[in-house]
Amino acid sequence: MKEIKHVIVLENQMIAPKMYSMALQSEEIVRVAKPGQFVNLYCRGEARLLPRPISICEINKEEGSINLIYAVAGKGTEEFSRIEEGETIEVLGPLGNGFMIDKSKKRNIVVGGGVGTPPLLELVKHLKGEIDVYLGFRSYPILVEEFERLGARVHIATEDGSVDFKGNVLELLKKENAVGDIIYACGPKPMLKAVAQWAASKNIPMQVSLEERMACGIGVCVGCVCKTKKQDEDDWQYKKVCKDGPVFWSNEVIWDE
Amino acid sequence: MNKENLDLKVNIGGVVLKNPVTVASGTFGSGREFAEFIDLNRLGAVTVKGVSSIPWKGNPAPRIAETYGGMLNSVGLQNPGVEELIKNDIPFLRQYDTKIIVNIAGKTIEEYCDVAEKLSHADIDLIELNISCPNVKEGGVAFGIDARMAKEVTREVKRHSKHPVIVKLSPNVTDITQIAKAVAEGGADGLSLINTLLGMAIDIHRRKPILANVVGGFSGPAIKPVALRMVYQVAKAVSLPIIGMGGITTGEDAIEFILAGATAVAVGTANFRNPRATMDVLDGIKEYMLNNGIKSLDEIRGIV
Repeated sequence: MKEIKHVIVLENQMIAPKMYSMALQSEEIVRVAKPGQFVNLYCRGEARLLPRPISICEINKEEGSINLIYAVAGKGTEEFSRIEEGETIEVLGPLGNGFMIDKSKKRNIVVGGGVGTPPLLELVKHLKGEIDVYLGFRSYPILVEEFERLGARVHIATEDGSVDFKGNVLELLKKENAVGDIIYACGPKPMLKAVAQWAASKNIPMQVSLEERMACGIGVCVGCVCKTKKQDEDDWQYKKVCKDGPVFWSNEVIWDE
Repeated sequence: MNKENLDLKVNIGGVVLKNPVTVASGTFGSGREFAEFIDLNRLGAVTVKGVSSIPWKGNPAPRIAETYGGMLNSVGLQNPGVEELIKNDIPFLRQYDTKIIVNIAGKTIEEYCDVAEKLSHADIDLIELNISCPNVKEGGVAFGIDARMAKEVTREVKRHSKHPVIVKLSPNVTDITQIAKAVAEGGADGLSLINTLLGMAIDIHRRKPILANVVGGFSGPAIKPVALRMVYQVAKAVSLPIIGMGGITTGEDAIEFILAGATAVAVGTANFRNPRATMDVLDGIKEYMLNNGIKSLDEIRGIV
Protein backbone atom coordinates (compact mmCIF):
# COMPACT_ATOMS: atom_id res chain seq x y z
CA MET A 1 0.00 0.00 0.00
CA LYS A 2 1.12 3.55 -0.72
CA GLU A 3 1.53 5.84 2.24
CA ILE A 4 2.95 9.13 3.39
CA LYS A 5 6.53 8.56 4.55
CA HIS A 6 8.67 10.40 7.03
CA VAL A 7 11.97 10.92 5.23
CA ILE A 8 15.25 12.50 6.26
CA VAL A 9 16.14 15.94 4.96
CA LEU A 10 19.74 15.64 3.79
CA GLU A 11 20.13 19.24 2.78
CA ASN A 12 18.02 22.39 2.83
CA GLN A 13 19.71 25.59 1.78
CA MET A 14 18.95 28.92 0.21
CA ILE A 15 20.16 29.17 -3.40
CA ALA A 16 18.65 32.56 -4.29
CA PRO A 17 16.42 35.02 -2.48
CA LYS A 18 13.36 33.06 -1.29
CA MET A 19 14.51 29.97 -3.22
CA TYR A 20 15.62 26.81 -1.46
CA SER A 21 17.12 23.51 -2.48
CA MET A 22 16.09 20.51 -0.41
CA ALA A 23 17.47 16.97 -0.71
CA LEU A 24 15.38 14.10 0.65
CA GLN A 25 16.49 10.55 1.28
CA SER A 26 14.07 8.11 -0.32
CA GLU A 27 15.15 5.00 -2.20
CA GLU A 28 11.50 4.27 -2.89
CA ILE A 29 10.86 7.53 -4.70
CA VAL A 30 14.15 7.30 -6.59
CA ARG A 31 13.29 3.84 -7.85
CA VAL A 32 10.16 4.93 -9.70
CA ALA A 33 10.38 8.69 -10.21
CA LYS A 34 10.40 10.17 -13.71
CA PRO A 35 11.25 13.68 -14.91
CA GLY A 36 8.30 16.03 -14.56
CA GLN A 37 6.69 14.24 -11.61
CA PHE A 38 6.15 15.92 -8.25
CA VAL A 39 5.87 15.04 -4.58
CA ASN A 40 3.56 16.26 -1.83
CA LEU A 41 5.29 17.80 1.15
CA TYR A 42 3.25 18.16 4.34
CA CYS A 43 3.42 20.82 7.05
CA ARG A 44 3.50 19.91 10.72
CA GLY A 45 0.24 20.10 12.63
CA GLU A 46 -3.19 20.78 11.21
CA ALA A 47 -3.20 24.55 10.91
CA ARG A 48 -1.84 24.23 7.37
CA LEU A 49 -3.73 21.23 6.25
CA LEU A 50 -2.98 20.71 2.61
CA PRO A 51 0.12 19.24 1.03
CA ARG A 52 2.45 21.47 -0.98
CA PRO A 53 3.08 19.94 -4.42
CA ILE A 54 6.76 20.40 -5.34
CA SER A 55 8.27 19.22 -8.61
CA ILE A 56 11.24 16.89 -8.58
CA CYS A 57 14.37 18.71 -9.73
CA GLU A 58 16.83 15.82 -9.69
CA ILE A 59 16.70 12.09 -9.09
CA ASN A 60 20.02 10.93 -7.67
CA LYS A 61 20.11 7.18 -8.23
CA GLU A 62 23.48 6.65 -6.56
CA GLU A 63 22.70 8.56 -3.37
CA GLY A 64 19.11 7.33 -3.21
CA SER A 65 17.89 10.89 -2.87
CA ILE A 66 15.80 13.45 -4.70
CA ASN A 67 16.38 17.18 -4.97
CA LEU A 68 13.56 19.68 -4.79
CA ILE A 69 13.82 23.38 -5.42
CA TYR A 70 11.00 25.45 -4.00
CA ALA A 71 10.13 29.10 -3.58
CA VAL A 72 9.00 30.45 -0.25
CA ALA A 73 5.57 31.61 -1.32
CA GLY A 74 3.60 31.41 1.92
CA LYS A 75 3.55 30.08 5.45
CA GLY A 76 3.85 26.42 4.44
CA THR A 77 6.96 26.81 2.31
CA GLU A 78 8.32 29.22 4.92
CA GLU A 79 8.01 26.37 7.44
CA PHE A 80 9.87 24.05 5.05
CA SER A 81 12.70 26.59 4.71
CA ARG A 82 13.37 26.39 8.45
CA ILE A 83 13.82 22.60 8.49
CA GLU A 84 17.34 21.62 9.51
CA GLU A 85 19.42 18.89 7.93
CA GLY A 86 18.83 15.57 9.65
CA GLU A 87 15.22 16.39 10.53
CA THR A 88 12.37 14.54 8.86
CA ILE A 89 9.50 15.69 6.69
CA GLU A 90 6.36 13.91 5.53
CA VAL A 91 6.36 13.21 1.81
CA LEU A 92 4.12 11.36 -0.66
CA GLY A 93 5.16 10.52 -4.16
CA PRO A 94 6.14 10.50 -6.87
CA LEU A 95 2.83 11.85 -8.14
CA GLY A 96 1.47 12.81 -11.54
CA ASN A 97 2.78 11.91 -14.96
CA GLY A 98 6.13 13.17 -16.13
CA PHE A 99 7.18 14.53 -19.49
CA MET A 100 6.54 12.30 -22.50
CA ILE A 101 10.13 12.16 -23.65
CA ASP A 102 10.66 11.73 -27.36
CA LYS A 103 14.25 10.64 -27.91
CA SER A 104 13.84 10.71 -31.69
CA LYS A 105 13.77 14.52 -31.68
CA LYS A 106 17.21 15.83 -32.56
CA ARG A 107 16.82 19.49 -31.61
CA ASN A 108 15.24 19.98 -28.19
CA ILE A 109 14.10 23.35 -26.89
CA VAL A 110 13.59 23.53 -23.13
CA VAL A 111 11.86 26.60 -21.70
CA GLY A 112 11.71 27.46 -18.02
CA GLY A 113 10.30 30.38 -16.12
CA GLY A 114 11.33 31.17 -12.54
CA VAL A 115 10.38 28.45 -10.09
CA GLY A 116 9.13 26.37 -13.05
CA THR A 117 12.76 25.72 -14.00
CA PRO A 118 13.69 22.88 -11.57
CA PRO A 119 11.83 19.91 -13.14
CA LEU A 120 13.52 20.68 -16.46
CA LEU A 121 16.93 19.78 -15.05
CA GLU A 122 16.06 16.10 -14.58
CA LEU A 123 14.34 16.18 -17.97
CA VAL A 124 17.48 17.42 -19.74
CA LYS A 125 19.42 14.44 -18.37
CA HIS A 126 17.10 12.17 -20.37
CA LEU A 127 17.08 14.02 -23.69
CA LYS A 128 19.13 13.03 -26.72
CA GLY A 129 20.58 15.35 -29.35
CA GLU A 130 20.99 19.12 -29.20
CA ILE A 131 19.51 20.87 -26.20
CA ASP A 132 18.86 24.59 -25.97
CA VAL A 133 17.59 25.75 -22.60
CA TYR A 134 15.85 29.13 -22.49
CA LEU A 135 15.29 30.43 -18.99
CA GLY A 136 13.45 33.51 -17.80
CA PHE A 137 13.74 35.02 -14.32
CA ARG A 138 12.79 38.23 -12.58
CA SER A 139 16.40 38.88 -11.59
CA TYR A 140 18.17 35.85 -10.10
CA PRO A 141 18.86 32.93 -12.47
CA ILE A 142 19.06 29.47 -10.91
CA LEU A 143 20.51 26.14 -12.07
CA VAL A 144 22.45 27.69 -14.99
CA GLU A 145 25.70 25.81 -14.28
CA GLU A 146 23.82 22.59 -13.69
CA PHE A 147 22.24 22.77 -17.14
CA GLU A 148 25.57 23.65 -18.73
CA ARG A 149 27.26 20.72 -17.03
CA LEU A 150 24.79 18.47 -18.85
CA GLY A 151 25.97 19.87 -22.16
CA ALA A 152 22.97 22.10 -22.82
CA ARG A 153 23.30 25.58 -24.31
CA VAL A 154 21.73 27.94 -21.80
CA HIS A 155 20.11 31.24 -22.80
CA ILE A 156 19.01 33.56 -20.02
CA ALA A 157 16.52 36.40 -19.85
CA THR A 158 15.95 38.53 -16.78
CA GLU A 159 13.13 41.02 -16.46
CA ASP A 160 15.35 43.64 -14.86
CA GLY A 161 18.31 42.95 -17.14
CA SER A 162 20.57 42.02 -14.24
CA VAL A 163 21.83 38.96 -16.11
CA ASP A 164 22.17 38.64 -19.91
CA PHE A 165 19.10 39.49 -22.04
CA LYS A 166 16.69 42.06 -20.58
CA GLY A 167 13.14 40.94 -21.17
CA ASN A 168 11.07 37.78 -21.05
CA VAL A 169 11.80 34.33 -22.34
CA LEU A 170 9.53 34.63 -25.38
CA GLU A 171 11.35 37.76 -26.52
CA LEU A 172 14.59 35.84 -26.06
CA LEU A 173 13.34 32.88 -28.13
CA LYS A 174 12.35 35.28 -30.92
CA LYS A 175 15.56 37.31 -30.74
CA GLU A 176 17.73 34.20 -30.99
CA ASN A 177 15.55 32.70 -33.72
CA ALA A 178 15.22 29.51 -31.73
CA VAL A 179 14.72 26.39 -33.84
CA GLY A 180 13.84 22.91 -32.68
CA ASP A 181 11.75 19.78 -33.22
CA ILE A 182 10.07 19.78 -29.82
CA ILE A 183 9.61 22.11 -26.85
CA TYR A 184 9.35 21.11 -23.20
CA ALA A 185 8.29 23.93 -20.88
CA CYS A 186 7.44 24.70 -17.29
CA GLY A 187 6.68 28.06 -15.75
CA PRO A 188 3.93 30.55 -14.99
CA LYS A 189 0.79 30.15 -17.07
CA PRO A 190 1.05 33.50 -18.92
CA MET A 191 4.57 32.54 -20.04
CA LEU A 192 3.44 29.06 -21.14
CA LYS A 193 0.53 30.56 -23.04
CA ALA A 194 2.77 33.02 -24.89
CA VAL A 195 5.37 30.37 -25.75
CA ALA A 196 2.63 27.94 -26.81
CA GLN A 197 1.28 30.50 -29.29
CA TRP A 198 4.78 31.03 -30.66
CA ALA A 199 5.33 27.25 -30.87
CA ALA A 200 2.05 26.84 -32.74
CA SER A 201 3.06 29.54 -35.23
CA LYS A 202 6.31 27.63 -35.85
CA ASN A 203 4.57 24.23 -35.92
CA ILE A 204 6.73 22.89 -33.12
CA PRO A 205 5.00 20.38 -30.81
CA MET A 206 5.21 21.49 -27.20
CA GLN A 207 4.65 19.94 -23.79
CA VAL A 208 3.79 22.15 -20.85
CA SER A 209 3.99 21.32 -17.18
CA LEU A 210 1.17 23.17 -15.40
CA GLU A 211 0.67 24.30 -11.85
CA GLU A 212 -2.64 24.85 -10.06
CA ARG A 213 -3.86 25.12 -6.48
CA MET A 214 -4.32 21.54 -5.27
CA ALA A 215 -5.90 19.99 -2.22
CA CYS A 216 -4.95 16.31 -2.41
CA GLY A 217 -2.46 15.76 -5.26
CA ILE A 218 -3.82 12.25 -5.87
CA GLY A 219 -6.72 12.95 -8.20
CA VAL A 220 -9.55 12.96 -5.70
CA CYS A 221 -10.53 16.53 -4.84
CA VAL A 222 -10.89 17.72 -8.47
CA GLY A 223 -9.54 21.06 -7.35
CA CYS A 224 -6.51 21.56 -9.61
CA VAL A 225 -8.13 21.62 -13.00
CA CYS A 226 -7.15 23.06 -16.35
CA LYS A 227 -9.41 23.61 -19.32
CA THR A 228 -8.63 21.23 -22.18
CA LYS A 229 -10.01 20.40 -25.63
CA LYS A 230 -11.79 17.09 -25.98
CA GLN A 231 -10.35 14.83 -28.64
CA ASP A 232 -12.28 14.70 -31.93
CA GLU A 233 -15.05 16.79 -30.46
CA ASP A 234 -15.97 20.43 -30.53
CA ASP A 235 -16.17 20.48 -26.76
CA TRP A 236 -13.94 20.99 -23.73
CA GLN A 237 -13.47 19.57 -20.28
CA TYR A 238 -11.62 20.29 -17.07
CA LYS A 239 -8.77 17.85 -16.55
CA LYS A 240 -6.95 17.30 -13.28
CA VAL A 241 -3.46 18.80 -13.26
CA CYS A 242 -2.27 16.36 -10.57
CA LYS A 243 -3.52 13.13 -12.09
CA ASP A 244 -4.01 13.77 -15.81
CA GLY A 245 -0.94 16.04 -15.88
CA PRO A 246 0.93 17.97 -14.72
CA VAL A 247 2.37 17.67 -18.26
CA PHE A 248 0.01 18.27 -21.18
CA TRP A 249 0.49 18.83 -24.89
CA SER A 250 0.15 22.58 -25.35
CA ASN A 251 -2.39 22.23 -28.17
CA GLU A 252 -4.71 20.38 -25.80
CA VAL A 253 -4.79 23.23 -23.30
CA ILE A 254 -7.32 26.03 -23.61
CA TRP A 255 -5.43 29.09 -22.45
CA ASP A 256 -8.27 31.54 -21.87
CA GLU A 257 -8.34 31.28 -18.06
CA MET B 1 -12.85 -7.86 25.58
CA ASN B 2 -10.85 -7.56 22.38
CA LYS B 3 -11.27 -5.82 19.05
CA GLU B 4 -13.04 -8.81 17.49
CA ASN B 5 -16.10 -8.82 19.71
CA LEU B 6 -16.82 -5.13 19.48
CA ASP B 7 -20.20 -4.56 17.88
CA LEU B 8 -19.64 -1.79 15.35
CA LYS B 9 -22.67 -2.42 13.13
CA VAL B 10 -24.98 0.49 12.43
CA ASN B 11 -28.26 0.71 10.57
CA ILE B 12 -28.95 3.58 8.19
CA GLY B 13 -32.38 3.45 6.63
CA GLY B 14 -32.50 -0.33 6.80
CA VAL B 15 -29.00 -0.78 5.40
CA VAL B 16 -26.56 -2.35 7.82
CA LEU B 17 -23.02 -0.97 7.71
CA LYS B 18 -20.40 -3.21 9.32
CA ASN B 19 -18.93 -0.19 11.06
CA PRO B 20 -19.88 3.48 11.35
CA VAL B 21 -17.10 4.91 9.19
CA THR B 22 -17.80 6.29 5.73
CA VAL B 23 -16.47 9.26 3.79
CA ALA B 24 -17.84 12.66 2.89
CA SER B 25 -18.95 12.86 -0.71
CA GLY B 26 -16.40 14.59 -2.93
CA THR B 27 -13.41 13.78 -0.75
CA PHE B 28 -12.96 10.21 -1.90
CA GLY B 29 -13.78 10.18 -5.60
CA SER B 30 -15.34 6.77 -6.17
CA GLY B 31 -12.72 5.09 -4.00
CA ARG B 32 -10.43 4.04 -6.81
CA GLU B 33 -7.56 6.35 -5.87
CA PHE B 34 -7.80 5.29 -2.24
CA ALA B 35 -7.61 1.59 -3.01
CA GLU B 36 -3.87 2.19 -3.40
CA PHE B 37 -3.67 3.51 0.17
CA ILE B 38 -6.19 1.53 2.25
CA ASP B 39 -8.21 -1.65 2.26
CA LEU B 40 -11.64 -0.46 1.13
CA ASN B 41 -13.14 -3.60 2.67
CA ARG B 42 -12.60 -2.04 6.07
CA LEU B 43 -14.99 0.87 5.44
CA GLY B 44 -18.60 0.76 6.58
CA ALA B 45 -19.55 2.46 3.33
CA VAL B 46 -18.05 4.46 0.49
CA THR B 47 -19.94 7.62 -0.35
CA VAL B 48 -19.11 8.51 -3.94
CA LYS B 49 -18.69 11.98 -5.36
CA GLY B 50 -21.88 13.82 -6.28
CA VAL B 51 -23.35 12.76 -9.59
CA SER B 52 -25.94 14.40 -11.85
CA SER B 53 -28.14 13.11 -14.66
CA ILE B 54 -25.82 14.53 -17.34
CA PRO B 55 -22.10 15.42 -17.06
CA TRP B 56 -21.33 18.71 -15.28
CA LYS B 57 -18.20 20.64 -16.19
CA GLY B 58 -17.72 22.35 -12.83
CA ASN B 59 -16.35 25.78 -11.96
CA PRO B 60 -13.18 27.49 -13.24
CA ALA B 61 -9.88 27.25 -11.32
CA PRO B 62 -8.62 28.20 -8.80
CA ARG B 63 -11.05 25.97 -6.97
CA ILE B 64 -9.04 25.48 -3.79
CA ALA B 65 -7.86 27.82 -1.06
CA GLU B 66 -6.26 26.75 2.17
CA THR B 67 -7.36 28.56 5.32
CA TYR B 68 -6.33 28.18 8.95
CA GLY B 69 -7.16 24.62 9.97
CA GLY B 70 -9.29 24.09 6.91
CA MET B 71 -9.87 24.83 3.27
CA LEU B 72 -12.31 26.27 0.77
CA ASN B 73 -13.41 24.55 -2.40
CA SER B 74 -15.50 25.66 -5.33
CA VAL B 75 -15.37 22.55 -7.49
CA GLY B 76 -19.01 22.93 -8.48
CA LEU B 77 -19.87 19.22 -8.63
CA GLN B 78 -17.81 18.42 -11.73
CA ASN B 79 -18.82 14.86 -12.60
CA PRO B 80 -19.12 12.59 -15.63
CA GLY B 81 -22.85 11.91 -15.13
CA VAL B 82 -24.74 9.06 -13.52
CA GLU B 83 -24.50 6.67 -16.47
CA GLU B 84 -20.72 6.81 -16.44
CA LEU B 85 -20.79 6.17 -12.67
CA ILE B 86 -23.03 3.14 -13.10
CA LYS B 87 -20.86 1.77 -15.89
CA ASN B 88 -17.41 2.32 -14.39
CA ASP B 89 -17.44 3.04 -10.69
CA ILE B 90 -20.19 0.88 -9.21
CA PRO B 91 -18.76 -2.42 -10.57
CA PHE B 92 -15.36 -1.38 -9.23
CA LEU B 93 -16.72 -0.68 -5.75
CA ARG B 94 -18.81 -3.84 -5.72
CA GLN B 95 -15.59 -5.87 -5.67
CA TYR B 96 -15.26 -4.75 -2.08
CA ASP B 97 -17.23 -5.74 0.98
CA THR B 98 -18.52 -2.24 1.71
CA LYS B 99 -21.82 -0.45 1.23
CA ILE B 100 -22.20 2.06 -1.58
CA ILE B 101 -23.81 5.43 -0.99
CA VAL B 102 -24.31 7.58 -4.09
CA ASN B 103 -24.54 11.32 -3.61
CA ILE B 104 -26.90 12.83 -6.19
CA ALA B 105 -27.13 16.41 -7.45
CA GLY B 106 -29.59 18.27 -9.61
CA LYS B 107 -30.69 21.72 -10.67
CA THR B 108 -34.40 20.92 -10.66
CA ILE B 109 -36.58 18.37 -8.90
CA GLU B 110 -36.91 16.56 -12.23
CA GLU B 111 -33.15 16.25 -12.53
CA TYR B 112 -32.82 14.82 -9.02
CA CYS B 113 -35.59 12.33 -9.77
CA ASP B 114 -33.98 11.39 -13.06
CA VAL B 115 -30.72 10.48 -11.30
CA ALA B 116 -32.58 8.57 -8.59
CA GLU B 117 -34.53 6.64 -11.22
CA LYS B 118 -31.43 5.74 -13.20
CA LEU B 119 -29.84 4.50 -9.99
CA SER B 120 -32.85 2.35 -9.13
CA HIS B 121 -31.54 -0.38 -11.42
CA ALA B 122 -27.96 0.03 -10.20
CA ASP B 123 -26.35 -2.16 -7.58
CA ILE B 124 -26.02 0.42 -4.83
CA ASP B 125 -27.23 0.60 -1.23
CA LEU B 126 -28.22 4.15 -0.43
CA ILE B 127 -28.82 7.47 -2.10
CA GLU B 128 -27.59 10.65 -0.49
CA LEU B 129 -29.62 13.59 -1.73
CA ASN B 130 -27.36 16.62 -2.01
CA ILE B 131 -29.46 19.71 -1.41
CA SER B 132 -26.63 21.58 0.17
CA CYS B 133 -23.77 22.21 -2.26
CA PRO B 134 -22.89 25.90 -1.95
CA ASN B 135 -21.04 25.93 -5.28
CA VAL B 136 -23.83 25.55 -7.81
CA LYS B 137 -26.16 28.42 -8.48
CA GLU B 138 -29.43 26.80 -9.39
CA GLY B 139 -30.66 23.86 -7.39
CA GLY B 140 -28.16 22.49 -4.94
CA VAL B 141 -28.32 24.67 -1.89
CA ALA B 142 -31.44 26.47 -3.07
CA PHE B 143 -33.34 23.35 -2.01
CA GLY B 144 -31.41 23.01 1.21
CA ILE B 145 -32.15 26.40 2.72
CA ASP B 146 -35.92 26.38 2.26
CA ALA B 147 -37.90 23.94 4.39
CA ARG B 148 -40.81 23.69 1.97
CA MET B 149 -38.57 22.98 -1.03
CA ALA B 150 -36.41 20.57 0.98
CA LYS B 151 -39.50 18.56 1.89
CA GLU B 152 -40.80 18.56 -1.66
CA VAL B 153 -37.57 17.39 -3.29
CA THR B 154 -37.18 14.69 -0.63
CA ARG B 155 -40.72 13.42 -1.23
CA GLU B 156 -40.30 13.37 -5.01
CA VAL B 157 -36.91 11.64 -4.95
CA LYS B 158 -38.30 9.08 -2.50
CA ARG B 159 -41.11 8.37 -5.00
CA HIS B 160 -38.59 7.76 -7.78
CA SER B 161 -35.98 5.83 -5.83
CA LYS B 162 -35.91 2.11 -5.10
CA HIS B 163 -33.12 2.72 -2.60
CA PRO B 164 -33.38 4.33 0.81
CA VAL B 165 -32.68 8.06 0.68
CA ILE B 166 -30.62 10.06 3.12
CA VAL B 167 -30.63 13.84 2.79
CA LYS B 168 -27.48 15.90 3.19
CA LEU B 169 -28.20 19.14 5.00
CA SER B 170 -26.65 22.56 4.60
CA PRO B 171 -25.30 24.39 7.64
CA ASN B 172 -25.92 27.72 5.91
CA VAL B 173 -29.33 28.18 7.48
CA THR B 174 -30.69 29.96 10.56
CA ASP B 175 -32.19 26.85 12.13
CA ILE B 176 -31.04 23.50 10.78
CA THR B 177 -33.64 21.61 12.84
CA GLN B 178 -36.42 23.20 10.76
CA ILE B 179 -34.92 21.76 7.56
CA ALA B 180 -34.28 18.41 9.27
CA LYS B 181 -37.91 18.17 10.38
CA ALA B 182 -39.18 19.12 6.92
CA VAL B 183 -37.00 16.49 5.27
CA ALA B 184 -38.18 13.90 7.81
CA GLU B 185 -41.78 14.76 6.89
CA GLY B 186 -40.82 14.35 3.25
CA GLY B 187 -39.96 10.73 4.00
CA ALA B 188 -36.18 10.74 4.34
CA ASP B 189 -34.67 7.51 5.65
CA GLY B 190 -31.74 9.30 7.23
CA LEU B 191 -29.78 12.52 7.33
CA SER B 192 -26.19 13.48 6.75
CA LEU B 193 -24.72 16.71 8.06
CA ILE B 194 -23.06 19.03 7.66
CA ASN B 195 -22.15 20.04 4.14
CA THR B 196 -19.58 22.85 3.85
CA LEU B 197 -20.04 26.32 5.28
CA LEU B 198 -20.01 29.19 2.83
CA GLY B 199 -16.67 31.00 3.11
CA MET B 200 -14.18 33.23 1.34
CA ALA B 201 -10.47 34.03 1.17
CA ILE B 202 -8.75 37.03 -0.41
CA ASP B 203 -5.26 37.34 -1.88
CA ILE B 204 -4.08 40.66 -0.44
CA HIS B 205 -1.28 41.02 -3.00
CA ARG B 206 -3.54 40.65 -6.03
CA ARG B 207 -6.43 42.20 -4.07
CA LYS B 208 -8.77 39.58 -5.45
CA PRO B 209 -10.63 36.55 -4.11
CA ILE B 210 -8.47 33.42 -4.27
CA LEU B 211 -11.31 31.31 -5.66
CA ALA B 212 -12.35 32.02 -9.24
CA ASN B 213 -15.92 31.52 -8.03
CA VAL B 214 -15.28 34.17 -5.31
CA VAL B 215 -16.89 32.10 -2.52
CA GLY B 216 -16.69 28.41 -1.70
CA GLY B 217 -17.39 25.66 0.79
CA PHE B 218 -15.38 25.76 4.01
CA SER B 219 -14.36 22.40 5.49
CA GLY B 220 -11.73 20.76 7.68
CA PRO B 221 -10.92 20.56 11.39
CA ALA B 222 -11.76 24.26 11.85
CA ILE B 223 -15.49 23.63 11.29
CA LYS B 224 -15.85 20.71 13.72
CA PRO B 225 -17.46 22.64 16.59
CA VAL B 226 -20.15 23.99 14.27
CA ALA B 227 -20.82 20.57 12.78
CA LEU B 228 -20.97 18.93 16.19
CA ARG B 229 -23.40 21.52 17.49
CA MET B 230 -25.70 20.98 14.49
CA VAL B 231 -25.60 17.18 14.77
CA TYR B 232 -26.45 17.55 18.47
CA GLN B 233 -29.41 19.84 17.70
CA VAL B 234 -30.74 17.70 14.86
CA ALA B 235 -30.39 14.46 16.83
CA LYS B 236 -32.58 16.00 19.54
CA ALA B 237 -35.13 17.24 17.02
CA VAL B 238 -35.71 14.22 14.77
CA SER B 239 -35.44 10.46 15.23
CA LEU B 240 -33.78 9.64 11.90
CA PRO B 241 -30.30 8.07 11.78
CA ILE B 242 -27.62 10.68 11.19
CA ILE B 243 -24.28 10.44 9.42
CA GLY B 244 -22.27 13.11 11.20
CA MET B 245 -19.44 14.92 9.46
CA GLY B 246 -17.45 18.12 9.56
CA GLY B 247 -13.75 18.17 10.42
CA ILE B 248 -13.48 14.57 11.62
CA THR B 249 -9.81 13.57 11.61
CA THR B 250 -9.43 11.15 14.53
CA GLY B 251 -11.33 8.49 16.43
CA GLU B 252 -11.84 11.00 19.25
CA ASP B 253 -13.57 13.37 16.83
CA ALA B 254 -15.84 10.54 15.67
CA ILE B 255 -16.72 9.62 19.27
CA GLU B 256 -17.75 13.24 19.91
CA PHE B 257 -20.22 13.04 17.02
CA ILE B 258 -21.59 9.71 18.26
CA LEU B 259 -22.00 11.10 21.78
CA ALA B 260 -23.89 14.00 20.16
CA GLY B 261 -26.26 11.52 18.52
CA ALA B 262 -24.72 10.50 15.19
CA THR B 263 -25.32 6.92 14.06
CA ALA B 264 -22.36 6.91 11.69
CA VAL B 265 -19.56 9.31 10.81
CA ALA B 266 -17.95 10.49 7.61
CA VAL B 267 -14.34 11.49 7.12
CA GLY B 268 -13.99 14.32 4.61
CA THR B 269 -11.22 16.86 4.18
CA ALA B 270 -8.90 14.73 6.33
CA ASN B 271 -8.64 12.38 3.34
CA PHE B 272 -6.74 15.12 1.48
CA ARG B 273 -4.20 15.52 4.28
CA ASN B 274 -3.88 11.83 5.00
CA PRO B 275 -5.15 9.16 2.59
CA ARG B 276 -5.28 6.73 5.55
CA ALA B 277 -7.46 9.04 7.67
CA THR B 278 -10.50 6.74 7.54
CA MET B 279 -8.46 3.86 8.96
CA ASP B 280 -7.09 6.10 11.72
CA VAL B 281 -10.65 7.09 12.63
CA LEU B 282 -11.88 3.49 12.64
CA ASP B 283 -8.94 2.29 14.74
CA GLY B 284 -9.41 5.25 17.08
CA ILE B 285 -13.09 4.39 17.62
CA LYS B 286 -12.18 0.79 18.48
CA GLU B 287 -9.46 1.89 20.84
CA TYR B 288 -11.85 4.22 22.66
CA MET B 289 -14.39 1.40 22.99
CA LEU B 290 -11.79 -1.01 24.35
CA ASN B 291 -10.34 1.52 26.76
CA ASN B 292 -13.77 2.39 28.09
CA GLY B 293 -15.34 -1.07 28.17
CA ILE B 294 -17.91 -0.24 25.50
CA LYS B 295 -19.25 -3.21 23.54
CA SER B 296 -21.62 -1.35 21.28
CA LEU B 297 -21.78 2.27 20.25
CA ASP B 298 -25.49 2.15 21.16
CA GLU B 299 -24.31 2.46 24.77
CA ILE B 300 -23.03 5.97 24.20
CA ARG B 301 -24.96 7.24 21.20
CA GLY B 302 -26.65 10.56 21.89
CA ILE B 303 -26.14 10.39 25.64
CA VAL B 304 -24.83 13.96 25.79
